[in-house]
Amino acid sequence: MSLLGDMVVMLGRAPRKPMHRTDAAEIAYGRKRGKGLEVARLIEELAARPQSHKWRNRRWAVLISINLLFTVSYWFDVQLVEGSLTASRFLGFHLADVYSAGIVMLAQWHVPVNLAIGAVTVFFLWALLGGRTYCSWVCPYHLVAEWAEMLHLKLAEKGLVSDHVFHRGVRAGFWLLFALLAFATGQTLFLALNPIGILSRAVVYGPSLALGWVAMLLLFEVVYSRRAWCRYVCPIGLTFGAIGAGAPLRVEYNLDACAHEGECRKVCEVPHVLDMTIKGRAEDVKNDVGPDCTRCGLCVDVCPTNSLRFQIKGLSQLL
Amino acid sequence: MADVSAKPEPQPKRRRLSRHQEDRRRVLRAGLLTLGVLLLQPLAFLPVVRRMQQRLRPPGALDEPAFLSACIKCGQCVQVCPVQAIELADMEDGFGVGVPFIDARKQACDFSCDALSCILACPTGALSHGLKTKEEVHSGIARLARPDACLARKGQGFHGHTRGERFRGLLRYEDHDRWNPVPVRKHDYDVPICDLCVRECPIGETALRLEPLPGHPDGKRMTPVVGKDCVGCGVCEMICPEEPACIVVDARAEWSEA
Repeated sequence: MSLLGDMVVMLGRAPRKPMHRTDAAEIAYGRKRGKGLEVARLIEELAARPQSHKWRNRRWAVLISINLLFTVSYWFDVQLVEGSLTASRFLGFHLADVYSAGIVMLAQWHVPVNLAIGAVTVFFLWALLGGRTYCSWVCPYHLVAEWAEMLHLKLAEKGLVSDHVFHRGVRAGFWLLFALLAFATGQTLFLALNPIGILSRAVVYGPSLALGWVAMLLLFEVVYSRRAWCRYVCPIGLTFGAIGAGAPLRVEYNLDACAHEGECRKVCEVPHVLDMTIKGRAEDVKNDVGPDCTRCGLCVDVCPTNSLRFQIKGLSQLL
Repeated sequence: MADVSAKPEPQPKRRRLSRHQEDRRRVLRAGLLTLGVLLLQPLAFLPVVRRMQQRLRPPGALDEPAFLSACIKCGQCVQVCPVQAIELADMEDGFGVGVPFIDARKQACDFSCDALSCILACPTGALSHGLKTKEEVHSGIARLARPDACLARKGQGFHGHTRGERFRGLLRYEDHDRWNPVPVRKHDYDVPICDLCVRECPIGETALRLEPLPGHPDGKRMTPVVGKDCVGCGVCEMICPEEPACIVVDARAEWSEA
């Protein structure tokens, strides 16, 4: 799909069937015809293997290390990284969360130089690493939300709770709303509600009552709507998604061996980016997964046919 | 076929929604979610509008509403302060959550850093970079809140450690160690008439001085007088041996002759 099409899907439109498929894709689909039984057996065989958590474990290790680095740096006065995730200094260089910096500027009607430098630095960093990579590899809320999600799924399996889906477009609405409110009222409602800031400050400066708000969000996600904050609200995630739209680091879907059994979509925080794994939806044999992908690697871990892989675009051509 | 129809049909728990209905519900829920978040807005405004917390802010803080909105709530000011005077506010401050303040009685800003480190650390200018020296700071104004309890006014001296043995506050005693703040509880005082607030004022006598109490020209009974150069750092409030402090800082107050 085109980059523009990907962006529109990220903003909330439902993914559509491709208008046309490449010849290679047609051949790949053709080869799968009448092999239903064979594929079913293969999936069964693969499912019997122990589930790999390679990428999840690596990711959790990185996420926890980054967050603890802030704590350690402060408490032992290492001065490696000062501040918290909304704004910080890494070895003296300013870093600032792009969306948070943006609404502070909107609320003030003023662009502080250091804040702008920090935001631009972060912009380029994640433009390379793939915007929402921040979400799953850095954001502390993502980690606790993952645990809440596990609980939600367990309870849903027993029929105690069910997932209530929202229209994804609401996230773009919130993005605009928080920005407009900052501009109009001069106060940054988003920064007061932002569970990422609250958690990051709690990790660095110690617990606060505000953690109660984070607990309420998690409870909402457990009993009512799976991953609600990340899927339907977080403007930081949406901003990073747009920033990383053209990032070289991404998950690549390979149609050839795919059994279309849909394990990947079940574990995905943003299953609309994996729409191409539904039979007939892939445009080509090799496909880039869209910008809303957080590069969490859960689909890479779970895929029984290794059809989803991490890929650095341009690097494979070079090597 | 007959077998299948003979079996009792499992009753579906809920009527299955058509795709269109499901879509409509998604949009409806999205609308309700937006409304719910919007309702939080007045909750955050309430503490700000009602000034439930008139906090003493770190040096260079902009006007209160501007300060709250300019602050990105990162806490870099907290980290650079050599006496750890700065804390971050919690949920009850509404929009002020994560915004820095100083509890002067617990730990005042004594300008140990000399360079206004918190201002230099602030990435957003919520602590205004316009200030270069401590004399330009204007956090508030000290006020003698409990004149009757003031030792100087009673003509009493002070001996020993102020604030008790468990007090954790730090202060830089310049003639003792120019560079390192030390625990207040380790500093011995022995003064014939209590002048701790005046003695430790980082600004000097244009900010806070002792004057003979009217009617007592012999100097046996004195009173602290706040001058127009008071910056509201809060050292006097921290150091006052009486409990609660006789002299306190009114955050964001303006100096007036009185």
